[in-house]
Amino acid sequence: MSTQTPMQTTTYREAVKEAIREAMHMDERVFLMGEDVGHYGGCYAVSKGLLAEFGPERIRDTPLSESGFVGAGIGAALGGMRPIVEVMTVNFSLLALDQILNSAATLLHMSGGQFNVPLVIRMATGAGKQLAAQHAHSLEGWYAHIPGIRIVSPALLEDARGMLWTALQDPDPVLIFENNTLYNMEGTLPEKAGPVDIDHAKIRRPGRDITLITYSASLFKCLDAAEVLAKEGIEAEVIDLRTLRPLDDATYLASIARTHRALIVDEGWRSGSLSAEISARIMEQGFYDLDLPVERICTAEIPMPYARHLEEAALPRVETIIAAVQRMVRHG
Amino acid sequence: MQTPLEQHHAIRQLRQMLLIRRFEEKSAELYSATKIRGFLHLYIGEEAVAVGVMATLTPEDAVVATYREHGQALARGMSAASIMAEMYGKQEGCSRGRGGSMHLFDAAIHFYGGNAIVAGGLPLAVGLALADKMQGRNRVTACFFGDGAVAEGDFHEAMNLAALWQLPVLFLCENNLYAMGTAICYTQASPDIAAKGAAYGMASAFVDGMDVMAVETAARKATAFIRQGNGPYLLECRTYRFRPHSMFDTELYRTKEEVEEWKQRDPIEQLAGRLREAGLFDDQERAGLETEVAAEVAAAVAFAEAGTWEPVADLTRFVYSERREA
Repeated sequence: MSTQTPMQTTTYREAVKEAIREAMHMDERVFLMGEDVGHYGGCYAVSKGLLAEFGPERIRDTPLSESGFVGAGIGAALGGMRPIVEVMTVNFSLLALDQILNSAATLLHMSGGQFNVPLVIRMATGAGKQLAAQHAHSLEGWYAHIPGIRIVSPALLEDARGMLWTALQDPDPVLIFENNTLYNMEGTLPEKAGPVDIDHAKIRRPGRDITLITYSASLFKCLDAAEVLAKEGIEAEVIDLRTLRPLDDATYLASIARTHRALIVDEGWRSGSLSAEISARIMEQGFYDLDLPVERICTAEIPMPYARHLEEAALPRVETIIAAVQRMVRHG
Repeated sequence: MQTPLEQHHAIRQLRQMLLIRRFEEKSAELYSATKIRGFLHLYIGEEAVAVGVMATLTPEDAVVATYREHGQALARGMSAASIMAEMYGKQEGCSRGRGGSMHLFDAAIHFYGGNAIVAGGLPLAVGLALADKMQGRNRVTACFFGDGAVAEGDFHEAMNLAALWQLPVLFLCENNLYAMGTAICYTQASPDIAAKGAAYGMASAFVDGMDVMAVETAARKATAFIRQGNGPYLLECRTYRFRPHSMFDTELYRTKEEVEEWKQRDPIEQLAGRLREAGLFDDQERAGLETEVAAEVAAAVAFAEAGTWEPVADLTRFVYSERREA
């Protein structure tokens, strides 16, 4: 972008809120519904102030009925509205998994193409705030298993600001996963920041020696690791997947064709995971570009512990990423 | 049935119930002949509910149904041919053969399925009604479900949401006394389903679901209440399924005597009897109706037989919309 573009300092939280505000202004069919989105101002304060601006019809507090209000979002989408349904956290979304999988993802197919569901569901995901084993998992990879829905996970402010509008233009359900540790992240955005594509992965740091494939909060750990590694002369290319379903295979495969090494960093669990899927795709489509096997850094396969030192130990860390890259580059 | 109009309407109701009955008898036969596969849940015995309710809906109203929905689909006006072709798995079926018996859909008549997750359709109905309310459309969403659904969390969540937001939903519980093969006395602490509406401050009533005229009267009262902007309504229709739950059910959970007792209240014979007693209907007219219905069922089967298989090359269609803009 041009250096002339006026920039503003903002946060991830404000960027999401601005995206919601803009969508509400641009399309009267858009409304926000979820637990504590109105009078409380949003569990993560994303929707603070929106009730006063748009009123209780469009900033709609719901009872603690995840299945009920996600299902109602599906019905409202079928009825011509463009709902944004906020689920407080990914662990709670399992109470609505039936509606997401058995209705939102299947209606178009079961009806032979007659009923599409233009629904957006936002939810917080991820660990890092000592919220223990029922509030802190990263289950977006699970959701990425489901045909019929699109899964996006904004890491940068521009995506937090820009993915929502594009998701609302999608005729099919889109789930947006916002890592809870990012809401306070500060940065700058153009004052007129707008929609972004939700089809492509992006290279966030170019490099020649290894490809780090990641998304969401782990992106920043990879970028920090790459910064340290650069001082040692190792240039890591960092790819932000952005969209977890459908995966943009071409972007990471093209990178691996240049670097010949791939490390996947994923806050999800390892077994049967998104990282496993990406690794398999690299085997299938990029095997002969590799100098050594694909490696993965994932969250330890335990329910998330409360104690800070244990939670930190369970998650992908900058040090573990650096160590893995050093080993892979020196030995491969 | 005082006026010619009422008499005509009653005969039309009888014809619809007969169509459902004969259509399903034929479906069972075709199931045995392996023309239809998967699950096949027959509505036989419960016809008065769908036929009575549908008579009170306008073409603009929406319908959400369950996996036992041939009756609702036919009574709503879906063509027997497109339903039969669907059950054959042919692409001329109402859902292109992607859904089968449990997933009948028809956008033209606002028929939103065919939901085979028990109680799964209730939140959907709430959302459809919410969209109507927010867009200022005065229409009713009629949501059918069984007594089994009342035990699901979605029932309670949907009842609460609809009452809380005063949405135009007609909740229609088809209480046939069995959740698959488990009697309601083993599943409900309080088996009075209509009474549950009170817990949500929702207007509610129960009606004899074997009497099509009683169902229609009760549904007309309920839809009028909803159309006047009074919020949702729960109508419990007490009915009975004459056939097994599905084609795999050996009916160990109920006695033949019980089934026979309920068959004495057959909704079709009840109405036919009333028409006969009133001197409005004779054996010849009954035979005429049967002939008409048989022809319609035969035409549906012929249509399904002549239908074509969707090319396997199209397997991955309808997972995502082909038109990318919402």
